[in-house]
Amino acid sequence: MKLADTIQFASGSLRGSPTRTLLMMLAMSIGVAAVVVLTALGEGARRYVIDQFSSLGTNLVIVLPGRTETAGIGPGLMSGQTPREITLEDAQALLRSHAVKRFAPLTVGSATLSRDALNREVVVLGSTSDLLEVRHMGIALGRFLPAGDINDATPVCVLGNQMKRELFGNEQAVGQWVRLGDRRFRVIGVLASQGESMGMRTDELVIIPVAAAHQLFNTSGLFRVLIEAKSRDAIEQVVHDAEAIMTERHGGERDVTVITQDAVLQTFDRILTALTMAVGGIAAISLAVAGVLIMNVMLIAVAQRIKEIGLLKALGAPGKQIRHLFFAEAVLLSGIGSVAGLVLGYTGSFIIGQVYPMLPVSPPWWAVLAATMTALGTGILFSVWPARRAAKLDPVAALAGK
Amino acid sequence: MIELQKVCRTFTVGDQQVAALRDIDLKLDAGEYISIMGPSGSGKSTMLNMLGLLDRPSSGSYLLDGGNVTELNDEQQARVRREKIGFVFQSFHLVPRLTAAQNVELPMILASIPAEERKARVQVLMQNYGLSDRADHKPDQLSGGQRQRVAIARATVMNPTVLLADEPTGNLDRNTGWEVLKLLEGLLENGITLVVVTHDAEIGARAQRQIHMLDGRIVSDESTQNEPK
Ligand SMILES: Nc1ncnc2c1ncn2[C@@H]1O[C@H](COP(=O)(O)OP(=O)(O)OP(=O)(O)O)[C@@H](O)[C@H]1O
Ligand SMILES: [Mg+2]
Repeated sequence: MKLADTIQFASGSLRGSPTRTLLMMLAMSIGVAAVVVLTALGEGARRYVIDQFSSLGTNLVIVLPGRTETAGIGPGLMSGQTPREITLEDAQALLRSHAVKRFAPLTVGSATLSRDALNREVVVLGSTSDLLEVRHMGIALGRFLPAGDINDATPVCVLGNQMKRELFGNEQAVGQWVRLGDRRFRVIGVLASQGESMGMRTDELVIIPVAAAHQLFNTSGLFRVLIEAKSRDAIEQVVHDAEAIMTERHGGERDVTVITQDAVLQTFDRILTALTMAVGGIAAISLAVAGVLIMNVMLIAVAQRIKEIGLLKALGAPGKQIRHLFFAEAVLLSGIGSVAGLVLGYTGSFIIGQVYPMLPVSPPWWAVLAATMTALGTGILFSVWPARRAAKLDPVAALAGK
Repeated sequence: MIELQKVCRTFTVGDQQVAALRDIDLKLDAGEYISIMGPSGSGKSTMLNMLGLLDRPSSGSYLLDGGNVTELNDEQQARVRREKIGFVFQSFHLVPRLTAAQNVELPMILASIPAEERKARVQVLMQNYGLSDRADHKPDQLSGGQRQRVAIARATVMNPTVLLADEPTGNLDRNTGWEVLKLLEGLLENGITLVVVTHDAEIGARAQRQIHMLDGRIVSDESTQNEPK
């Protein structure tokens, strides 16, 4: 019997009992769709987190005061004693490392921002001109902090997009004066809208020169220092150098924590990939269930078509041929079921992507491949027994329907 | 052409042994017209299944064209059935989801015959058996006589050397039964060997060679000179 005829005969048998065929394909396609949608969600979450991290900057190394042994997220926040602060001189000393491309010191505080009668509490960032590059920010209007002496407390500020709108509406903001606390600052630029990134709403920030921030908040310590390494490979060198330089400057005491964006990113990446695989695996169980269903229905089909099997044998079909016919049915069932499942899964992912636009949902290729293979595999595997049973039927008894 | 030597067939039912065929010795020549008669349970169907390679002897041997077919494997036996043997059953055994033409085509599909040739041969046969206008009908849209004619077309489409019919008229009324029988007897002109199992003495008497069975044995094997029709 030719392959094309085998397939045609098998599809004829499937069409012969449409309800049963549809139900089996439905079970198969739901399984495949579940794998596709769930892994798409997991992968979406992973990519979301990675995008968020990447938007912070590339090849970022962060130095913060205080020492913690835990290498997780937010070290320094949980240390008990007040550590020695990092000064602007400390930060500048970091440039001694050849692996450092540029750095941006960061001082954070809050103050009242006012213009005429309008006022608001805002988060104020004190930094330098390099922050724009290090932190991947964009300028919508005017310009960013001027380059120059790090100790110059020039009274200028850059407004977050939302601050500009709240204080100036559609009016010209650049060149105008605003008050931060009891000091006057001239607006020299407005940040491009960036939305939320890692819990920091740049839209609601006001950025001023770091020296001005130190005067405003009456401090000399930095909140942290953001360093951009020259390349990905230079990150390790930067970490090493930063620790060495800070230890040297702090009288031999290692009282700063240096974390890399990469380390945090990799941790998240690992966790979320594992999660995606786990979720996909659970969904794949539904494929196995579909496989068992196929087996059950095939066994019923063997019993129902017993006379037909007997007849085929009487007409000269060897057992092998009968087996192939049932195999072909299983492959068709799970093949069409998988394709339907993929369509269903991609449609589902697309809809989720429309509902949650910030989540970059797209099913990972390995999950799609695994789902399809599992579907075909279970379909074929679970048809082995029914097919063998059919092939082994005694033709005389089968013809008699026994 | 066909020779059974000391063929026995016993079935095991529970812990009992039922002998359906006992020490059968039988020789069939090419082109013979044979009827097998006997009371219910005498082993007629078992004998026919044995001749058609649907069943294997418990002991004894089956020689076809000089070769011992009991030693062939499943695939080789299937090939013999496909190429040399045609079956006609009492209850027709048409595949309900296939049309009349598709049912006739089935043995040729199993034999990997190209589609164009299949179509041509089906058309000729359907014409010969007066089924042309029923080609696209499903079996449940056909009368009993038409169904049996489709079954005979299917049994002969591979040009077998032996046609085995187990009570081919058993489910048909008298007139239709006769028509079907005439159709089968017509095949003798092409040199086919025709074996008909029947309860009906009148039908059985039409064959040149009449075999009577009782309790798994051949009790008489007579050849007469009467011409069919
Ligand atoms: N599969 C089987 N299992 C057990 N016993 C069987 C089986 N097939 C046939 N027999 C027994 O073998 C004997 C012969 O059966 P067979 O069907 O050949 O009879 P038959 O002459 O064709 O009868 P009928 O005219 O009723 O069709 C019977 O006693 C029957 O009970
Ligand atoms: Mg019988």
